[in-house]
Amino acid sequence: MTATDSMIWAQGLRKGFGDVEAVRGIDVDVRRGEAFGFLGPNGAGKSSTMRMVAAVSPISGGELRILGLDPAVDGPEIRARIGVCPQEDTLDTELTVRENLFVYGRYFGLPRKEVRARVDELLEFVQLTEKAGSMVEDLSGGMKRRLTIARSLINRPEVLLLDEPTTGLDPQARHVVWDRLFRLKQQGVTLVLTTHYMDEAEQLTDRLVVMDKGLIVAEGSPLDLIAEHSTREVAELRFGVAQEGDTHEVVARQVEDLADRVEVLPDRLLLYSHDGEETVAKVHERGLEPVATLVRRSTLEDVFLRLTGRTLVD
Amino acid sequence: MAATTPGGAGSPDPARATAPASTLAGALRLLDYWLTVYRRTWKGTIVSSFVTPLLYVVAMGVLLGGFIEGDPAELEGATSYLAFVAPGLVAAQAMTTVIGETTYPVMDMVKWHKVYFGMIAAPLRVGDIMLAHLAFVLFRVALTSAVFLAVMAPFGVFSSVGGVLLAFLVQLLVGLAFATPVYAYAAGAKDESAFNLIFRLGMIPLFLFSGAFFPVANLDAPLELLATITPLWHGVDLTRMLTLGRVDVSAALVHVAYLVVLAALGWRWAARRLQRRLIA
Ligand SMILES: Nc1ncnc2c1ncn2[C@@H]1O[C@H](COP(=O)(O)OP(=O)(O)OP(=O)(O)O)[C@@H](O)[C@H]1O
Ligand SMILES: [Mg+2]
Repeated sequence: MTATDSMIWAQGLRKGFGDVEAVRGIDVDVRRGEAFGFLGPNGAGKSSTMRMVAAVSPISGGELRILGLDPAVDGPEIRARIGVCPQEDTLDTELTVRENLFVYGRYFGLPRKEVRARVDELLEFVQLTEKAGSMVEDLSGGMKRRLTIARSLINRPEVLLLDEPTTGLDPQARHVVWDRLFRLKQQGVTLVLTTHYMDEAEQLTDRLVVMDKGLIVAEGSPLDLIAEHSTREVAELRFGVAQEGDTHEVVARQVEDLADRVEVLPDRLLLYSHDGEETVAKVHERGLEPVATLVRRSTLEDVFLRLTGRTLVD
Repeated sequence: MAATTPGGAGSPDPARATAPASTLAGALRLLDYWLTVYRRTWKGTIVSSFVTPLLYVVAMGVLLGGFIEGDPAELEGATSYLAFVAPGLVAAQAMTTVIGETTYPVMDMVKWHKVYFGMIAAPLRVGDIMLAHLAFVLFRVALTSAVFLAVMAPFGVFSSVGGVLLAFLVQLLVGLAFATPVYAYAAGAKDESAFNLIFRLGMIPLFLFSGAFFPVANLDAPLELLATITPLWHGVDLTRMLTLGRVDVSAALVHVAYLVVLAALGWRWAARRLQRRLIA
């Protein structure tokens, strides 16, 4: 396999910080126009990977090509052609929204007139035109995030890297960001994003990898991953707090044979099966009385739980 | 937006984003950033840049100087205390301006607001970022030094116009000699408590004992020796030679060489520390 037609191509990619092995050998291949996701819990190595791909963090091992270029050799050339929305905002809070975009455009060697035109366009795109003259420190979290996204588009990047684009935003603000990212995707921009949120991954990505402890533990489209690693439906059962011991642990042993798989969470029991309602009915037949039941379709969260034994967001 | 799709494969783009061809070209891309910053902050720098120096001149030079006999033999050739202290004040002001600009502001860029991380994510390099920031610091030094020298000119403390112009250039060199090492220190410092060392053990003793206010010959021999190896003394002595018109060429060359070497070593140290901070 060659790196030439890949936007991002990595083989055995590693990153260590002293004794900490943040990324422990991952293979990645992102194609033009694709929306690619890294899904994983805190400390999985998502940001470490993104920073290497953004050509601001030297790799510790393996191989990495971005747009066919080696970041160790052509860092600035790569950075001229990609857009980066880092996990932590790096906006200048004492400048206005417009000033932040304008000065950033200048870093790319673009003429002032060209940058001014793009700034107006991007303000419109992220719906911040009315806030153009506001100081960044006065913006809400969602607005700052949109500004960072706008900033990352000032050079018309071929690849857009987004590290947790919506973490910390309220649901409404998240939907605004999703909408903008979806439009970029439709326009053919290659998106690479990290997230802890399976709904975000399901909404935005064509293909994703699940990362845990520096390794890729699964790869595929959201639907493929669910089909491969989970059942069609999940029954969630919650039992009242018993007098002593682990109620859910005890119940789990009693219903083990009713589902393909049973997971015990601190507050509920998950029964994986093809038909959730039928499973719930069988539980009742055994004389067990959950205080609450919910039958739903499997999500990436279930895939993650299956693969790592942990939930993504606690 | 649709008409100007970002990243549309192969879309004709007359103004393509590129990597800068040189450190100077990279630093020039940061010009608009620093202009914007200065437009927003210049008002807040008026007092420290322009009013404080005036107060010093009046208090130290005119009022205190009134009690001090202007004996050229005692004052390194100056005919009044004001003429003696003026160049010392200018050089000390260059130092304090630089230390102010390369401590907290640099930490802000790498730790608090992390603005440098935004710059390095664009096609800029560590050297580009440093050069632009240090150029801004020198611009601030140039402005305050020019004002300072202009304010003192009417008091008749300068021997020649040429001497004053050279003394002005020397302030840029003094500024750079302090700027690069302090910048390096700040770029790698964990938190702002590290600056206590700079201010308490560096700036204040240098300010008081580097020959700005009294001839270092007044100190005991070991202390005098200590004073003459500090960078500020080299800056003060060089500035004073030029404003008094009593230039000892070989001593002047030693001063210049000392300051240039300090600036160069500081630059290398700063580049290493900033690289480690930004590219990890
Ligand atoms: N600069 C650094 N120095 C030392 N260790 C680091 C550094 N950056 C990351 N790490 C460590 O590397 C591991 C992976 O961190 P990373 O930030 O890549 O995870 P992440 O998947 O982005 O997590 P999160 O969801 O919390 O953002 C963690 O153990 C982290 O402490
Ligand atoms: Mg992260």
